[in-house]
Amino acid sequence: MRLLAVDSSPFGMFDYFRQHQDEVLNWLGYHAWLSAVPVVVGLLVALPLGWLAHRYRWAYPPLVTAAGLLYTIPSIALFVSIPSIIGTQILDPINVAVALTVYTVALLVRVVADGLGAVSADVAQAATAMGLTRRQRLLKVELPLAVPVIAAGVRVAVVANVSLVAVAGTIGVPNLGQLFTTGFQLSVGSPYYPPITLGIVLCVLLALAFDLFVVGATWLATPWRRAVSGS
Amino acid sequence: MVSAPVSGRKGGRGLVIRFESVSKKYPDGTVAVDRLDLVAPSGAITVLVGPSGCGKTTSLRMINRMIEPTDGRIWLDDRDTATVPTHQLRRGIGYVIQHAGLFPHRTVLDNITTVPELLGHDRKRARRRALELMERVGLPPHFAKRYPAQLSGGQQQRVGVARALAADPPVMLMDEPFSAVDPVVRAQLQNEFLNLQGELGKTIVFVTHDIDEAIKLGDQVAVLQVGGRLAQLAPPAELLSEPADTFVAGFVGRDRGYRALGFAGAGRLPVRQEQVIALGAASGEARDAAEGGWVLVTDAAQRPQGWLRAEADADPPPSTPAEPVTEAQLNLGGTLASENATLREALDAALSSPSGRGVIVDDSGRLLGTVTASEVLARIEQQRAAGERSTQGGES
Repeated sequence: MRLLAVDSSPFGMFDYFRQHQDEVLNWLGYHAWLSAVPVVVGLLVALPLGWLAHRYRWAYPPLVTAAGLLYTIPSIALFVSIPSIIGTQILDPINVAVALTVYTVALLVRVVADGLGAVSADVAQAATAMGLTRRQRLLKVELPLAVPVIAAGVRVAVVANVSLVAVAGTIGVPNLGQLFTTGFQLSVGSPYYPPITLGIVLCVLLALAFDLFVVGATWLATPWRRAVSGS
Repeated sequence: MVSAPVSGRKGGRGLVIRFESVSKKYPDGTVAVDRLDLVAPSGAITVLVGPSGCGKTTSLRMINRMIEPTDGRIWLDDRDTATVPTHQLRRGIGYVIQHAGLFPHRTVLDNITTVPELLGHDRKRARRRALELMERVGLPPHFAKRYPAQLSGGQQQRVGVARALAADPPVMLMDEPFSAVDPVVRAQLQNEFLNLQGELGKTIVFVTHDIDEAIKLGDQVAVLQVGGRLAQLAPPAELLSEPADTFVAGFVGRDRGYRALGFAGAGRLPVRQEQVIALGAASGEARDAAEGGWVLVTDAAQRPQGWLRAEADADPPPSTPAEPVTEAQLNLGGTLASENATLREALDAALSSPSGRGVIVDDSGRLLGTVTASEVLARIEQQRAAGERSTQGGES
């Protein structure tokens, strides 16, 4: 039998946390890991696809539409169907990582394509006229200038992933989502809030931390934008 | 059509650009450029001018193959541009466009060193040269670390010019580089550009829709007609005095006769002495010195400051004879012409002067004398009679 906080109001979450510290921190670690890795992998997949959609006009509609459609698949359906596709156990965290990578790609293909295309015509023309090859133009001009746009997409993706990982928790994958299942199971007769509130607060804090990280990294990577707003 | 040959400037190190029956037709049948034959001589500024749709920008971009011609060849000296890999060709051709097109994410210095960096030049030397170029185009060295968005439009355009010059290309292409800045800055940039070209002697092809800019900057001007046909290629003075057809005549404008005076030196005009009074002198003196109701006021160094109305019904009302003449009382309407001015400047000085007497000054701004409009006109008649067609001078 679990130790239970006496206070069943939302404020009981502090007691609940102290009593289940090891387990909750373990879940938090999994949760962070499962939210972050798909964003990194997803970005690496979305960059070439987005470039393709940007580079070849005919490729834009099918790629962006297909990516958009992927996003409409309910996450729970993806979590339970992936094991049969890639041959993993039903509660293997890999399933979650793969599913969330799919969502990240779905979100970022369009963002990357639009970001690369947002470089002003004058700048693109000047780059070509100065003798940059197509590859140099992409790496030295278009990609650096697309960073703010892509970063905005990454912020959305990473925050969305934190909440989607929690959904996977409800089917038993170890992460903060299990706090919600626990809270639900313990709400016999009257609602028992501490684990639910704790789960929400930790998810929000985790999302904030990731968001701050992305904002900070963008800040470092785009000194030219600071210079403008600061002058 | 035969036109006067334009020779390159002395010390010009540019290549000759030669269009050989160049056409650009689009798949929908539009003809942007129609069998263009044109030579842009080494070390000279060739201006392409014409209404929108005349193919001037298309012609320019075919030189560095941003646009590929459908027919004909373009030569840089004896090299057919079609045989050179595009990125290699472009690295040897400076390019300046309307909004400068600076890379927003790179500092001014990094923008300028773009092409040397692509060519694998020594980094330190490229940076040193970039700083030299900044000075040359009138940018203070502390701008090196700034980003383009921190600069005004005029400053960005200066960086654009420095960037195009960074690898010392023999050829420069300029596509309406000064048309996005205000008129004052534009005139300043144009003058500095002419000075710079005087030192560098590049082969320059310059596109504009502004005939005044074409006439001011061009060693030769190519007027293009809608459909990409060359209507006339001539030095600016000839364009104004002998337009090839009604299209060119219409395009160079109604006041071309007056503007052509800008290419004719006035020579030694018969200036006459002008009674002047000094700023701060008693108003009574003004009434004694005045001629036709106006007297010229100078400072202690004999530099004209403005005209003073010296009549009883003057506005502002005349001060009592003992009161000193102040700057606030002066009429500043008259322009000044220098002793080696063009006829246009001398005539303008006379026409704009409230007294009808145009003020002529020497190089340091000291008064030499005055000249009336009829005297300038007499000089124009005289020059015409002598069949003297001078292409010297020009605004500087």
